[in-house]
Amino acid sequence: MIRVQREDFDVGAEIARLSVGNDRIGGVASFIGLVRDMGGEDRVSALTLEHYPGMTERKLAEIETEAHRRWPLDAVLIIHRYGRLEPGDRIVLVATASPHREAALAACHFLIDWLKTDAPFWKSEETPSGERWVEARAEDDAAKRRWTPGGS
Amino acid sequence: MKLVYFAWLRTRIGCAEEEIELAPGVENVAGLLDWLKSRGGRYAEALRDLSVIRVAVNQDYVGREHPVREGDEVAIFPPVTGG
Repeated sequence: MIRVQREDFDVGAEIARLSVGNDRIGGVASFIGLVRDMGGEDRVSALTLEHYPGMTERKLAEIETEAHRRWPLDAVLIIHRYGRLEPGDRIVLVATASPHREAALAACHFLIDWLKTDAPFWKSEETPSGERWVEARAEDDAAKRRWTPGGS
Repeated sequence: MKLVYFAWLRTRIGCAEEEIELAPGVENVAGLLDWLKSRGGRYAEALRDLSVIRVAVNQDYVGREHPVREGDEVAIFPPVTGG
């Protein structure tokens, strides 16, 4: 399931709901991304997430389908927020449920790596020296490649 | 054709979307980007370094050789930074 929303979400309730009524599920893995403030000269007082409505949902659904294709998953949940957020606020939740922990953990890791390079979101940070657009990191592309056969 | 811009492309060009008529001879993404640059001013400035520009046609990421046609929705933006 995919949700793109401005509002915050309740991590406990969302994760609990994932396995309700399905006793096949033996493990639920989750990743929660937060707004970070590294302090110093890079102090971030807030960030604003912009996205491409329509394409965002489409890309997230494609990523979800790909995870189901690769692992035996009983449930997948991706919630991604947009709008203005402050340090400590939740940005994204990825949760996966499977009969086995290996599949749940690997799929969760895969989903957040792919989401970072494929979902059309852009972050703008508010810093002491003004607003600046966050630049894409080569490490994120490398992280995605580890899920590609022959990639590293 | 509908053009949509995101992130710093949007702020540098100064609009989020616009309707354009496809110029004669523009057949693919590379041609469209060159034509946009040739409009000069904010466009030339925003599109100065095409290596940091990504494009989606009808909401799918595409390469520079992908064809563009009247009626397409073409989105132009920097590499994504979500998650």
